[in-house]
Amino acid sequence: MFELDQWQEIYSTVKKNKLRTFLTGFSVAWGIFMLIILLGSGKGLENGIQWNFKGGATNGVWISSGVTNLQYKGMKIGRQIRFTNEDYNLLKKTVPGYDLMSARLFMGNNLTSYKNNYGNFFLSPCHPDYGIIKELTMVQGRFVNNIDIHDFRKVAVIGEKVKAALFKGTDTAAIGKYLNINGVLFQVVGIFRDFSRSDNEQQRIYIPISTAQRVFNGNNVINQISFTTGSASQEQADKMVNVARTVLSTKHVVDPKDDRAIEIWNKSEDVRRFAALFSGIRLFIWIIGIGTIIAGVVGVSNIMMIAVKERTKEIGIRKALGATPVSIVMLIVQESIVITAFAGYIGLVMGIGVLELISRNLPPSEFFRNPEANLGIAFGATVLLIVAGTVAGLIPGMKAAGIKPIEALRDE
Amino acid sequence: MISIRNIHKSYLNGQNSLHVLKGIDLDVAAGDMISVMGASGSGKSTLLNILGILDTYDQGEYILGGVKIKRLNERKAAQLRNRMLGFVFQSFNLISFKNAMENVAMPLYYQHVKRKKRNLIALEYLDKMGIREWAHHLPNELSGGQKQRVAIARALITQPKVILADEPTGALDSVTSLEVMDQLHEINKSGITMIIVTHEHDIAARTRKTIRITDGLITDIVEN
Repeated sequence: MFELDQWQEIYSTVKKNKLRTFLTGFSVAWGIFMLIILLGSGKGLENGIQWNFKGGATNGVWISSGVTNLQYKGMKIGRQIRFTNEDYNLLKKTVPGYDLMSARLFMGNNLTSYKNNYGNFFLSPCHPDYGIIKELTMVQGRFVNNIDIHDFRKVAVIGEKVKAALFKGTDTAAIGKYLNINGVLFQVVGIFRDFSRSDNEQQRIYIPISTAQRVFNGNNVINQISFTTGSASQEQADKMVNVARTVLSTKHVVDPKDDRAIEIWNKSEDVRRFAALFSGIRLFIWIIGIGTIIAGVVGVSNIMMIAVKERTKEIGIRKALGATPVSIVMLIVQESIVITAFAGYIGLVMGIGVLELISRNLPPSEFFRNPEANLGIAFGATVLLIVAGTVAGLIPGMKAAGIKPIEALRDE
Repeated sequence: MISIRNIHKSYLNGQNSLHVLKGIDLDVAAGDMISVMGASGSGKSTLLNILGILDTYDQGEYILGGVKIKRLNERKAAQLRNRMLGFVFQSFNLISFKNAMENVAMPLYYQHVKRKKRNLIALEYLDKMGIREWAHHLPNELSGGQKQRVAIARALITQPKVILADEPTGALDSVTSLEVMDQLHEINKSGITMIIVTHEHDIAARTRKTIRITDGLITDIVEN
């Protein structure tokens, strides 16, 4: 349908009306430019927030014990709640359909040494599942496993930063070496990387929780239980959280509403909240963007209307020579699409260029990083432009098709 | 070739209805060459428009080359115009941003003839009209006579059955007028029916038959 002739037609009319075409095109280009900038900024905001969520499964639930804040069954406020292995085992039995579960002990910073290198690192005893719950990436070796737990093995999984601090110079191979943690020797079996934003989380040492309980405090105390909800639906996940809360508050005799005694952080709730926020922002941006583009489209339509008026005689001649109404509509619509698509494309490229500039030169912050317009947006914008061009050309095109040759060709 | 019976046409002008054609009967044999004369407002242009399927009629019957022309949709009308008729206008009606060859080729474009082929055919017709060397000039670089020759070439390119010429010499000087008339005669000799609307007697005198229209009716038919 796009024959060379039609390109020539479009080219010749555009050439005759350079300024007019430029101004019309500009309004469309501006609309697309703004849409891309807005969508890119929205994406930047989203990336910033998502970055904050890194380092921990988005379907994770973290349960910590604290101090009671509500009176319950005659017991006063301020009672310290302590979890034990029993609680962990109880949750394993009762939480319906959880995916992974791990208990953790908080042991704070411990003096750790390898040969003459010393450092203070956060010691974090846990179960094997924690490596996945925390979304750790193993750089070398392995994470804590079930045999470690069962046999109370003295093994350690260290962060890359820990390795860098303790293994210096030529002595760089850490796997198999023994670290001295608080006077106890642990063999390094793995090195992990944590993509969390916080530097502290890279300076951790994970050891089997059973070993830690036996070696360091001889108790069955734990500080935190975390689990993931797998691919469960929102209701199922909520149900798991509620079961965990009920089970634990019953066992420790605390008010189920006491969120200080048993603190539950359901990450998926936060994720969900932000997802809703961002879909709201995105919708808002599309509404503004499309509004701007509509303004451009009305401009194009207006110009095409004038063009049709100016070309009345030409269209009359064409009709006398055998042009069908459809061919006349196509003539106008195609011109409209070409102007819209060409101008819009320039807007698209400029918008992406500006986003690229911002993304390169603006230091990433906690709330805004890597503004970008992806292929989907570009594709969506292209479709939008073609539709917009068609709509803009349709009414003038119909008007052109309605021109009566005898009126157009009247000599006076 | 053309047969019209009792054609009536009125134009609504606000509340008033203007009765322009009041029952026209006319037969034009294939290969004939006739002229239509009449004062302005007599209805001769309306008749030409109806013959050219550019306008509709209210009453009567019009048969063009065996096809009944009545209540055609626009697409069908456009196709009939394209295949059966050629138009020559007083003011040439060439498309200003297309050169002579492209103007001539235009009707073939609407027959979906490929660009190269239709331009070749257009050159052939320009050659026949004796203005091949002007093929790549825009209309505003041509003289009146040259423009009208381009227009005639354009009317001929689809090999129509009938050529309708509305004051073809109206904008030309007398010498050029004669040359154009000679060419129209040549075309008529090749068998194409020709209807010329004019108000110049010497032009009318060069056709085979002159039809005079007065006040919406044929009042006189003169064999020249």
